[in-house]
Amino acid sequence: MATDSKAPLIEIEGLTKRFGAFTAVDNVSFTVSRGEVLGFLGPNGAGKSTTMRMLAGFMTPTAGTARICGHDVQTDSVAARRTLGFLPEGAPTYPEMTVEAFLAFVASIRGYGGKEAARRIARAIELTTLQGVRLQPVETLSKGFKRRVGLAQSLLHDPPVLVLDEPTDGLDPNQKHEVRTLINQMAPEKAIVISTHILEEVEAICTRAIIIARGKVLADATPAELVKRHPSGKLDDVFRNITQPKAA
Amino acid sequence: MRNTMIVARRELGGYFATPVAVVFIVIFLALQGVLTFNMGNFFDRNQADLAPFFNFVPWVFLLLVPAITMRLWAEERRLGTIELLLTLPITQGQAVVGKFLAAWAFCAIALALTFPFVLTVNYLGNPDNGVIATGYLGALLVAGAFLSIGSALSAATKNQVIAFVLAVAVCFLFAVASYPVVTDFLSKTVPTLAEVARRLSVAERFQGFTRGVVSLRDIIYFASFIGFWLYLNTVIVEHRKAD
Repeated sequence: MATDSKAPLIEIEGLTKRFGAFTAVDNVSFTVSRGEVLGFLGPNGAGKSTTMRMLAGFMTPTAGTARICGHDVQTDSVAARRTLGFLPEGAPTYPEMTVEAFLAFVASIRGYGGKEAARRIARAIELTTLQGVRLQPVETLSKGFKRRVGLAQSLLHDPPVLVLDEPTDGLDPNQKHEVRTLINQMAPEKAIVISTHILEEVEAICTRAIIIARGKVLADATPAELVKRHPSGKLDDVFRNITQPKAA
Repeated sequence: MRNTMIVARRELGGYFATPVAVVFIVIFLALQGVLTFNMGNFFDRNQADLAPFFNFVPWVFLLLVPAITMRLWAEERRLGTIELLLTLPITQGQAVVGKFLAAWAFCAIALALTFPFVLTVNYLGNPDNGVIATGYLGALLVAGAFLSIGSALSAATKNQVIAFVLAVAVCFLFAVASYPVVTDFLSKTVPTLAEVARRLSVAERFQGFTRGVVSLRDIIYFASFIGFWLYLNTVIVEHRKAD
């Protein structure tokens, strides 16, 4: 936990990742404080997932670093991950496990046992409306359910920091609405980063948006400010303008 | 330690949730049975011991252990669950050892299910059960050695077939290192290596156990062998996890 409650929960400083000659993430810096929902936007291959993976301690940065609740993701990795709820891209889960067994596994790794684990699993299942499929193996579930199992896993320990890579991908409109409502409910207590391709989502739930392309941060503003950057007042046009400068 | 055991329990549960466990155990028992009773002349030898059984164990493991380990890491990478596992608050060492222990426990279960051999030989004669016990201990250590090789190689690739073939090849190398085919060749070309090869051989170390001899030297050999490959495994996971 952060000692100073005003300090940003996520601090990213000069984060860079190179794969050979290719720079996937180029000197990215930003902070996210409690109460903020940051929308992370960019074309495919812009470096969104790579940035999130470095934040979650899965990839080692070439340069720069990040801190979660004051814990450096490289030198104090386990402590950083304890305060983080992370939904990896594609929401991977173990296919042969049932939803409940999978959540029980994550709960025990997170240090919960007995009644406390049962209570947290029940709560996560309720938040993500998975009650009907509790005892089904994950591999038998539809894409939308799988995504929610991944989301339930990231919420289990009620973390102060949530990093969600495309949390609404593959959900139907009702499910998308539910997940957005859920994120809105949690927003005041947490620092949340979500990546998405759905721009209306940014306007619906994000307090701030970062547009990234070719590994660089090209815009960092509130959605309301961003839409003013194009005469049409549409985020789509702003996005296109920023990420394809030559075509504009 | 706690996290290691949680990872191990999940992994072991995974074997039994899929047909992997049943197929493996049935094939292992059938192979051992055929090899011991038919090729090993178990009855014709007229000796109350399990020497034919233990003679074949390393070779059966050579073929079957890589089949367990090939999925250990390659499957996690293919499914993307490695990203989930390694972003939970556990260290990579805990994940590596946990997965290895699960596979080892699974081999121990398969070995334990060969108990009818022990019953048979005890029914037919008066074997030295101490020798049988050390034989089992040795077999378990051979399994551990092969598992550690397979686990490390599984982390190097996303492709399970490659993981399997590589593991069989490397295990074979360590199994036959003491055999004339290798040592003769080495003593003609590089004599110093012949002795090294013999000492590194898993089959050679196993021989003592089948004769009822448990030497500290052999225990240390297996411990450092497994330790080395698991360390390598951790390094490979660290470098290649996100590829």
